[in-house]
Amino acid sequence: MEITPAHYALLSAALFIIGVVGVLVRRNIIIIFMSIELILNAVNINLVANARHLENLVGQVFVVFVIAVAAAEAAVGLGILLAFFRNKETVNIDEMNVMRW
Amino acid sequence: MSNTANFPLLSLIMFTPLVGAGVLLFVSKPNAIRWIANGFAMLGFLVSLPLWFWLDTTSPDWQFVERHEWIPSIGAEYFIGVDGFSVLLILLATLMGAIAVLSSWTAITERLKEYYIFLLVLQAGMIGAFVSLDFLLFFVFWEVMLVPMYFLIGIWGSANRLYSAIKFFLFTLVGSVIMLLGILAVYFYNHEVTGVYTFDITRFHELNMPIELQTWVFLAFFLGFAVKVPMFPFHTWLPDAHTDAPTAGSVILAAVLLKMGTYGFIRFSLPILPEATRNAVPWVVALCIIGIIYGALVAMAQTDWKRLVAYSSVSHMGLVMLGLFALTPVGITGSILQQINHGIATGGLFLLVGVVYERRHTREISEYGGLAKVMPAYAAVFLVLTMSSIGLPTLNGFIGEVLILQGIFVVNKVWAGFAATGIVLSAAYMLWLYQRTMWGTVDNPKNEHLPDLNLREWATFAPLLILAVWIGLYPKPFLDRLETSVDRVMARVSSVYPPRNVLHDDGQDAAELPALDGDVSDVIEIPVRGGAR
Amino acid sequence: MDLIWLIPLLPGIGAALNGLLGVRYFSKRVAAGVACVTMGGALLLSIGAFYQLLGAEHREHVVTVAQWIPPIPLATASGEIGAFEVPWAFRLDPLSGMMILIVTGIGFLIHLYSVAYMDHESRGAYARFFCYLNLFCFFMLMLVLGSTFLVMFVGWEGVGLCSYLLIGFWYHKQSASDAGKKAFIVNRVGDWGFMLGIFLIFFTFGTLDFRAVAEAAAEMPVEVGGFGVLSAICLLLFVGAVGKSAQIPLHIWLPDAMEGPTPVSALIHAATMVTAGVYMVGRNAVLFSHAPMVMQVVAWVGVLTALLAATIGLVQTDIKKVLAYSTVSQLGYMFLATGVGAFGAAAFHLMTHAFFKALLFLGSGSVIHAMNDEQDLRRMGNMRLYMPVTFITMFVGSLAIAGVPPFSGFFSKDEILYRTYLNNKLLWGLAVVTAGMTAFYMFRLIFMTFFGEYRGPSWGHQEGEDHAEAHAAADDGHDADAQGHAWHGPHESPGLMTGPLWMLAVGASVAGLVGIPAAFGFRNLIEPFLEPSFTAGAAHEATEHAESHLLEWGLMGFSVLIAIAGIALAYHFYVRRPERSEQLAKHWAGAHRWLTNKYYVDELYGATAIKGTIGSARGLWTVDRHVVDGAVNGAGWLTRACAWVSHVFDKYLVDGMFNLLAWVCTEGSYVFRRVQTGLIQNYAVATLFGVFAFVTMYLIARYVG
Repeated sequence: MEITPAHYALLSAALFIIGVVGVLVRRNIIIIFMSIELILNAVNINLVANARHLENLVGQVFVVFVIAVAAAEAAVGLGILLAFFRNKETVNIDEMNVMRW
Repeated sequence: MSNTANFPLLSLIMFTPLVGAGVLLFVSKPNAIRWIANGFAMLGFLVSLPLWFWLDTTSPDWQFVERHEWIPSIGAEYFIGVDGFSVLLILLATLMGAIAVLSSWTAITERLKEYYIFLLVLQAGMIGAFVSLDFLLFFVFWEVMLVPMYFLIGIWGSANRLYSAIKFFLFTLVGSVIMLLGILAVYFYNHEVTGVYTFDITRFHELNMPIELQTWVFLAFFLGFAVKVPMFPFHTWLPDAHTDAPTAGSVILAAVLLKMGTYGFIRFSLPILPEATRNAVPWVVALCIIGIIYGALVAMAQTDWKRLVAYSSVSHMGLVMLGLFALTPVGITGSILQQINHGIATGGLFLLVGVVYERRHTREISEYGGLAKVMPAYAAVFLVLTMSSIGLPTLNGFIGEVLILQGIFVVNKVWAGFAATGIVLSAAYMLWLYQRTMWGTVDNPKNEHLPDLNLREWATFAPLLILAVWIGLYPKPFLDRLETSVDRVMARVSSVYPPRNVLHDDGQDAAELPALDGDVSDVIEIPVRGGAR
Repeated sequence: MDLIWLIPLLPGIGAALNGLLGVRYFSKRVAAGVACVTMGGALLLSIGAFYQLLGAEHREHVVTVAQWIPPIPLATASGEIGAFEVPWAFRLDPLSGMMILIVTGIGFLIHLYSVAYMDHESRGAYARFFCYLNLFCFFMLMLVLGSTFLVMFVGWEGVGLCSYLLIGFWYHKQSASDAGKKAFIVNRVGDWGFMLGIFLIFFTFGTLDFRAVAEAAAEMPVEVGGFGVLSAICLLLFVGAVGKSAQIPLHIWLPDAMEGPTPVSALIHAATMVTAGVYMVGRNAVLFSHAPMVMQVVAWVGVLTALLAATIGLVQTDIKKVLAYSTVSQLGYMFLATGVGAFGAAAFHLMTHAFFKALLFLGSGSVIHAMNDEQDLRRMGNMRLYMPVTFITMFVGSLAIAGVPPFSGFFSKDEILYRTYLNNKLLWGLAVVTAGMTAFYMFRLIFMTFFGEYRGPSWGHQEGEDHAEAHAAADDGHDADAQGHAWHGPHESPGLMTGPLWMLAVGASVAGLVGIPAAFGFRNLIEPFLEPSFTAGAAHEATEHAESHLLEWGLMGFSVLIAIAGIALAYHFYVRRPERSEQLAKHWAGAHRWLTNKYYVDELYGATAIKGTIGSARGLWTVDRHVVDGAVNGAGWLTRACAWVSHVFDKYLVDGMFNLLAWVCTEGSYVFRRVQTGLIQNYAVATLFGVFAFVTMYLIARYVG
């Protein structure tokens, strides 16, 4: 079976949906982070596939940027998380309500 | 215009105190703050010393010039340079700055860091104003000086400090806002004539404005500068500010800040507005003479030591302004020299008040008496500075007084006669003060064990005493440096005045110009020769 | 002669040493040594310079040491006046040569005298005293040697300062500090005139050099019957002289100046400084002789001062006050001489007066010293037994001042009287009356002090005499009675004090011999010698007096008679019939009160000038606080009032609208904040639904509508 761009699109869509659902329904913030990474990687797969398909390297370049930004975001996010955990000793997102009115 | 130093000496002088202020931001130990502040103030004085030696006293050009773009869209530049006059004032500012910082060693114990930062910033502002050749730049520095002084009075002052600080600030600000209008008027007129937007005062010095405009601009400048001098009747901020300021603040205020006003007159009013200046002479002279006598009389009525010295300042600055508006070379030279003298004498007197204030925390004259017995060295220094202040020959004040009075005498004998009554009155109030504080018996038990001057205090007075005697005995080095500055002003305000250095420099022209020390008949020949050609 | 600049400088160095180091570190011996050595050096230099001057062909020598004020052009609208330029220049000519000899000579003797006189002062005060004394000599020599008006003015004000400091030397005494201040301020009033005179001179002549001014003035016409620029100059200069030389109406400071230590009174307030006015007028003889109107003023001021001061001197009971009024009176004599054009006679009298008045003051100091600081004549008496040297020397001095031949005062005073007689008989009459009074009050002083009963405080006779002898033996054995703890009665002063007295007594006796009138058949040496200083051109031949010698003899005899009459009267009233003087005082109580109160001049000035100044000072201070500052504060108040109005407007109207808006928002937020759960996932769901909604809307719009 030949792997067509449609396959990649499907895979990426699946990953994306898994990620979105994960973000929306999970309570552990680390899992939420991982779900966000899933979303980003879904986008990456899509970009790589289309770059290949269109024979344009810009898409691959973009992926590198996304990975870099994702790494930075993860670092900052985990930093905040660590600081939060030290104060509250929890990673449950329902208890993160200090910004709430 | 030249920069004989070939490196930005003036900027160095100006930024040294600022760097010091920056360094102080990162220091927190009290003694470290003191040492660093003193170090930078001293350094500021040392780097300004080359000006004295490197200044070319024969060149009529601006020297040590630096010129860079600043706000090109309106033609404002970072344009700085000096002549002999500003060199003397810069040296006065750096010296008095160093002395003021040194004098605060034990007097200030709270918020040290902020205090010294404000002092250093103030010094940078003063130097900046003295070196600016761009009117807008000058104005910026002029305003910059207000802020640290405001805080110095307002935070470290005595009882009535907030009132005094605000009064000082508002009074000066009102004057300077009106002055800004004047500046803008000149700026736009210059554009109208030359088509160039610039604040370059060397160009303004060549303007010939119509007399109506000159008059209005003169009034605007006059308000700005006269408040700062201060001239009667704009003087009332001065006694309050002096009385309530901390010692160092009073010293700087008297020695340097007041000179800002007279500097403004010499640098801006007179050369930019020569006709209006000439027309204003009788009015200004009247205010000066009132100021001299009024200041002296009010000083006599004071019971507060510092306020007395402050009012004597009003009287002395009246004399300075009088010499200026004589519009004769002798008068202007004397006026400039007297500015230096006033800085030394009155600055020193404020330091002296500070010394006893630190020991007794009162300025009431009646609290003292008989100090000559308890503090003989203090009494001796006080005597010398008192004599300098009342113009005793062999001390500095005399030279300035004689030149000013001689300068005004040739213009109008009656004016000189009235102005000279100042020498009687000043002797009266200063000697009375001396008698009430130094002489007599020690009636107040609190005064019985006051310590005499310590080494640090001696260090603050020594340079002043040396300068007082030096200028009194041999003022030539100072007067030589003023020659070209005075000529520049005279060339603008007097149509017949031949600048001195033109004569010295080209021998060929010298033959045709009247000899300076020749008799009167030589001079009268000028129009005749002109007509013959 | 090129070293004349060293003459003032030496005492200056002495003053600097004593002032900077001495007060703190020097022992008494070193302090006194420094002062005396520098003065001695100056004296030797002066003698050397004077000797050279005598031998010189051209008796004028100017030494320019350095530039002081470099040339600054002085131009007015009408043209150039000249360059204002003042060098540090010193001029040695006959007049200044005579003056430096007086100043350094008498100054040196008084320094020696002070070594002993001031011995009971503390170490610091001792050095301070010699510092001031040296400083005074520095300025005084600068005054007499100065070659331009401004250098002279330096000395002029400088001696004023030293006078101030020395009068107020015992600054803890209220009277001393008052007197010092008074002297300085009154002098400053005179200096006001002097200064304006200097300005006018520069304005007129374009130079301040004495010689140049004199030469230029000599070219100008004599202002007979008019009041021209020369008259104005001279009048202004004379105001200065009046201040310094304590003439009416500025004479009030000199009697008060007696608060200073006695050597100071001798040096400054008798021999040198107060004569500076006479010297200055003499120095400008050319100017003054071109202004006859001012000369009249000078002569009248002089003679009136002489007369009034002498009348006050008649009744004073303080030994130094008598001498002070006598000084004022003698200075008046000198001005009388200059006023009638006898500049040489004035200078001559200045010299003889310096000798005998310094002698009298030092003698009185010796008496005061012996009496343990008692100055009241009424508490002395019969002192000639205790202090013979002082008595003899003072007696010589009194003979000299009274004008008894052949003592010095006779010749100089007679010369003045003779020249006055030639000029104006009325002036002469007043001067002769003064001469009689002078003889009277001086011998009143002598008789009250040295004759009659001892009226002073008593002391322990028995043990005292041994001690007194011991005292006389040791020059400096005077420490014991420093504060009057152990006073052993009047005693002769130590050798360091009597030595100068002897020398001055010799001077007072013979100094007159240099000016013996031609009538005696000798040559008058001093007047021709001084002549070049009083004229502009080359030295003139000394003019012989045209009048017959007979007249001169007659006048001389008359004035000697007057002097002897005065002495005899004093003898009658104070030795033979002491009670008569008191009866007289009672009989003329009104006049006596006027005299003892010095014609109430001090009170007059107190009520007018001083009260007026202080009053206007207080008044202006009130004005300053309430009117000038009131305007400022009023402006401030007005601004604040306006600010308050805008504040109200702002608070309730402008701000009110915004507050209303804010209130609405606040109330609204109660509803809307329910939505803000703070849970990211809630927001994400909302976003997701939003996206769905928009996509749905888009699709519907695209494919349905």
